[in-house]
Amino acid sequence: MFTDELGKGGTNAGGPGNSAGPHGGAAQNLVQLITPEGERISHPEYDIWVQDVTDEQLCSLYEDMVAIRRIDTEATALQRQGELALWPPLLGQEASQIGSGRALREDDFVFSSYRENGVAYCRGVDLTDIVRVWRGNASSGWDPYTINMATPQIIIGAQTLHATGYAMGIQNDGADSVAVTYFGDGATSEGDVNEAMVFAASFQAPVVFFCQNNQWAISEPVRLQSHIQIADRAMGFGIPSMRVDGNDVLAVLAATRVALDRARHGGGPTFIEAVTYRMGPHTTADDPTRYRDANELEDWAAKDPIARVKALLDRKGLLSEDFEAHVQAKADAVAREMRAGCINMPEPEPLDIFKHVYSTPNSWLDRQQDHYSRYLASFGDPAEATSEEGAR
Amino acid sequence: MTQMTFARAINSGLRKSLENDPKVILMGEDIGALGGVFRVTDGLQKDFGEHRVVDTPLAEAAIMGTAVGLAYRGYRPVVEIQFDGFIYPAFDQIVCQVAKLHYRTQGAVKMPITIRVPFGGGIGSPEHHSESPEAYFTHTSGLRVISVSNPQDAHTMIQQAIASDDPVLYFEPKRRYHDKGEVDESLDLSTALSMEKARVVTEGTDVTLVAYGPLVKTARDAAMAAADEGISVEVIDLRSLAPVDFTTVEASVRKTGRLVITHEAGQSGGLGAEVAASITERCFYHLETAPVRVTGFDIPYPYSKLEMHHLPGLDRILDGVDRALGRPNSLSGLEG
Ligand SMILES: Cc1ncc(C[n+]2csc(CCOP(=O)(O)OP(=O)(O)O)c2C)c(N)n1
Repeated sequence: MFTDELGKGGTNAGGPGNSAGPHGGAAQNLVQLITPEGERISHPEYDIWVQDVTDEQLCSLYEDMVAIRRIDTEATALQRQGELALWPPLLGQEASQIGSGRALREDDFVFSSYRENGVAYCRGVDLTDIVRVWRGNASSGWDPYTINMATPQIIIGAQTLHATGYAMGIQNDGADSVAVTYFGDGATSEGDVNEAMVFAASFQAPVVFFCQNNQWAISEPVRLQSHIQIADRAMGFGIPSMRVDGNDVLAVLAATRVALDRARHGGGPTFIEAVTYRMGPHTTADDPTRYRDANELEDWAAKDPIARVKALLDRKGLLSEDFEAHVQAKADAVAREMRAGCINMPEPEPLDIFKHVYSTPNSWLDRQQDHYSRYLASFGDPAEATSEEGAR
Repeated sequence: MTQMTFARAINSGLRKSLENDPKVILMGEDIGALGGVFRVTDGLQKDFGEHRVVDTPLAEAAIMGTAVGLAYRGYRPVVEIQFDGFIYPAFDQIVCQVAKLHYRTQGAVKMPITIRVPFGGGIGSPEHHSESPEAYFTHTSGLRVISVSNPQDAHTMIQQAIASDDPVLYFEPKRRYHDKGEVDESLDLSTALSMEKARVVTEGTDVTLVAYGPLVKTARDAAMAAADEGISVEVIDLRSLAPVDFTTVEASVRKTGRLVITHEAGQSGGLGAEVAASITERCFYHLETAPVRVTGFDIPYPYSKLEMHHLPGLDRILDGVDRALGRPNSLSGLEG
């Protein structure tokens, strides 16, 4: 849908984020191209990576961010109405997800966690598919190969290894696509993520590690996970890194392009820490007031990723009433489509639980399925059953 | 037919798989120049290159997790876990990812990963080098688990495992690596006995003795010793541990009326319990007596000077056969 729509920012092997360059080493400043007030500020190294972004494209980045915030609000509402069992909101992380998601090419492959619905949106996911899993109607929302994005991962950090392995495969194939993996700040403590970085560096695999540091891992603050800036961890593995303002869609776009370009040209892995904030709860089952200071939320609300682009568009005179109405209509339309898809989703069949455990028949399972289907059949036609006990 | 060791037979099977399918890729620690600590991959890197036979950093979760990513990309990774006791760091990736991705993606993503595990004791190793972790995996749906007991099976079943679209745990009895046997390398996979099937190793009429992996040889020796005493033992090599080919075991038990199961792994929750329960369910009225298990103890694998007490040997198996037959045995006089 949106892949590569923005075009490439050009190649620059000696660009920012190189381990030899000013941003490759220890504690880096946050890369920022748009201030919280919506002022476009220049950056000597990153500007060239977004110089092709037209006003129209800036407007469409804004539109996508508004759309996924709307999707997020709608899904939260669906959960509150009992239509979804659970929902992990991405509120506050729109710039990280749209900025990086739109930098990708169609043949790049994403391995994400459960929170990257904005990235899935960029990959062109069917809107109903986004909520399928959370409604409990399927174990995966989509076929990974239709949008080149793996089934969201619940095991924290496991997907970083899958991306690295996939990237090793890309390398073997002699292709120039890239595997991109998304994970949180908490995940960086997991062994898998650290092992993934070892493998990625050793084999110089074309993989981008995209960490959304949203400051919290459920109730645990990032300082409990890491004593140093997360981006600096990569250095120890020999992986160049960037620390970018995750609430600044242009900065994220630029940084992701740097990383993708390096990977495509044989430069190996890159680690991006997008510094952002999870403004909502961890999931709809969480209560952040138990562990989080209200002032903190206020501080971050002032850095809202959507308000920021909006202010920039306003400064540029691009925020017409027509445009705003168009964006609102688009957001309402996607929300409506998702809601309808959610509510009208067909119920799964009982015997579906036995499907796809194996790709070829399995005598143990076939016997269990046979026995269970006989058991179900013993109730007769469920429509004729008069009580909960059925035929008994 | 060629005489070759068990290790060589696997090597030759791996070689054929590498030759036949460019998507097959071997990964593991020391499998390249060294040829693996047991030399099972000897010479393969030299002939297929370091992109087909990959020496990996020392990280089992990563070996397994990157194999998942490679499978996503259409590769068929064959990973070597250096020793049984080192599979645990990779456990999460195996049971949560390798086993479940096909199910989770409704069949869209195949995980044709073969996990080679040298397993079992009897070679005088230090701790973590002699374990029998198969029950963890037979309990995990989505995985196929096989164990080989002779060079011919080792040769054909490794190729069958690699060709399978499902993930396969392939357990190699390390104390048999140097045993020699006849191997027909030209055996066609489509006509060879399926890796899902159990095999009757020795026919008999008095008692069914079920074994797999390293104990098949011991069980066969026990059957020969029993024959000297006039007892006819039918030995079955399970070959597939998940699923177990109960049809073959059931047919045997219907004939003999008695069942003994033996494995090196500890008893509680082990595969023997599954075989005993399932056979009891399937042919209760054909059993003359309760199934008997002759297994390792529920202890951490002992230091090597005592490992032979833990491992079921010929005499312990024969004692089990006596129990099944109601002959005088070490537990005579005990109720239950
Ligand atoms: C291996 C594992 N351990 C624990 C959990 C439970 N869990 C789910 S989300 C989460 C916090 C993750 O935080 P982070 O990596 O920062 O990502 P975020 O949710 O903030 O995006 C935890 C502990 C899990 N899913 N997997």
